[in-house]
Amino acid sequence: MKFLDALLGRSKPAPAKLDALFGVTGAAITLEAAAGMKPTGKAAVCFHPASGQGFEAASTELKELLELAVAEAGSTVSVTEDRYGYRWVVLADPDMEDLVTSAHLVNSTLEQHGFGPQLLCSVFAFSDDQGRRFHLVYLYKRGTFYPFAPLGGERRDNELELRVKATLGGDLPVEPELARWFALWGLPLD
Amino acid sequence: MARTRFQADHGLSSRMLLTMFLLGLLYVVFVAVLVALKIPLILVLLIAGGFLFVQYFFSDRIALASMHGREVSPEQAPELHQTVDRLCALADMPKPRVAIAESDLPNAFATGRNQQHAVVCVTTGILRRLSAPELEAVLSHELSHVAHRDVAVMTIASFLGILAGFVVRSSIYAGAYGGGGWGRSNNRDNNAGAVILLVVLASAVVYALSFLLTRLLSRYRELSADRAGAILIGRPSLLASALVKITGDMARIPTRDLRAAEPLNAFFFAPALAPGFSFSSLFATHPPLERRLEQLAKLEAQLGRPA
Repeated sequence: MKFLDALLGRSKPAPAKLDALFGVTGAAITLEAAAGMKPTGKAAVCFHPASGQGFEAASTELKELLELAVAEAGSTVSVTEDRYGYRWVVLADPDMEDLVTSAHLVNSTLEQHGFGPQLLCSVFAFSDDQGRRFHLVYLYKRGTFYPFAPLGGERRDNELELRVKATLGGDLPVEPELARWFALWGLPLD
Repeated sequence: MARTRFQADHGLSSRMLLTMFLLGLLYVVFVAVLVALKIPLILVLLIAGGFLFVQYFFSDRIALASMHGREVSPEQAPELHQTVDRLCALADMPKPRVAIAESDLPNAFATGRNQQHAVVCVTTGILRRLSAPELEAVLSHELSHVAHRDVAVMTIASFLGILAGFVVRSSIYAGAYGGGGWGRSNNRDNNAGAVILLVVLASAVVYALSFLLTRLLSRYRELSADRAGAILIGRPSLLASALVKITGDMARIPTRDLRAAEPLNAFFFAPALAPGFSFSSLFATHPPLERRLEQLAKLEAQLGRPA
């Protein structure tokens, strides 16, 4: 079927996989126990804005939902747009479980309105005992995670990234193709 | 299962299927004619197959070399790479190589036989003219070509044209240099001339038809890539504005206030395009701008509807 779709030139937008996201809570515990890497209490959901009234309606509903959730869980939320035109919903909550739940709320709201294909990634910020920062990036279309450790000047700390990958091992589905570990410069979590 | 807000375009798919069917039919008929005429098929196929092989396996290098494109690393063109990175993550496809061609012509192309060997190339002209979101729209159109394996499909579709063109040429040479032993019958002096004439005629007709059909197929695939690209970024109007800019038809959207201009000047903005059938549209590799804009406007309208 995939071959026929390609032959006829009607590729379908890739749907987002949301379920593996909840694995982050367990992975955070593993990272802290095994390598002393702690979550910084910040996360972000990144999506590509679409045009049209349907998308605006979804955005408005999302904002209202988030404000309600924030009032309940005591977390903070803000929305920014980066220079590539992607929108980031930045969430802050000291409790990892609440953070993951909020991130999932953002995702499922967008998906319910048919904007699942617009989701790019979710990012959870961590830092190790020496204060080095890295992020766990969740790829919706693949259902996999990869670590991204930015250094100054658009360089990456590959050693730290590979160490995180080794530590996570069986806890999370880590993206096997290293070429898909793309850099996210200018992440609004730093 | 995620919902999609876009309706499938069954008309486009079925027209494309019909074109492919006709191409295939033509191929079968052509081979049958060759067999009936007792021509050493192996020879013809070997040489035509050689061309196909080269085109299929070296398409990325040939296209890049002819456009003087050079591959760029993420360090050399960070923004371009980041845009492609993100689009690939959105579309769930492996990242192609990225190249830039030094040319003022605003253009972009994708080539390579499959997703693992794909190259996306943009010219410096397009980088300068388009805004970042418009460039993203163009790149998503090109990535759709990669996802649809358009190089493979079009190479195989144009195989027949190469084959027929080759037969025409070789039979003319064979005719010029004394009949060349293709007619295997005993009274070959009487037959050879007629056979060669027939082969030439058949090849010419087949070539002309296959040429028209491959062009038709190419136009359908452009529309498909427009559609898939617009859906990928969720903003069909961005692709439309990039198209308008690239084709140099910016005059269609007047930037000056017409009332401020001299009364007569206002007439210069009147569209001079006569609607209707034109012969050149049969040979075009791309659909007319109007057709592409119309499809994108339709997609934009589908997005505008509340969920």
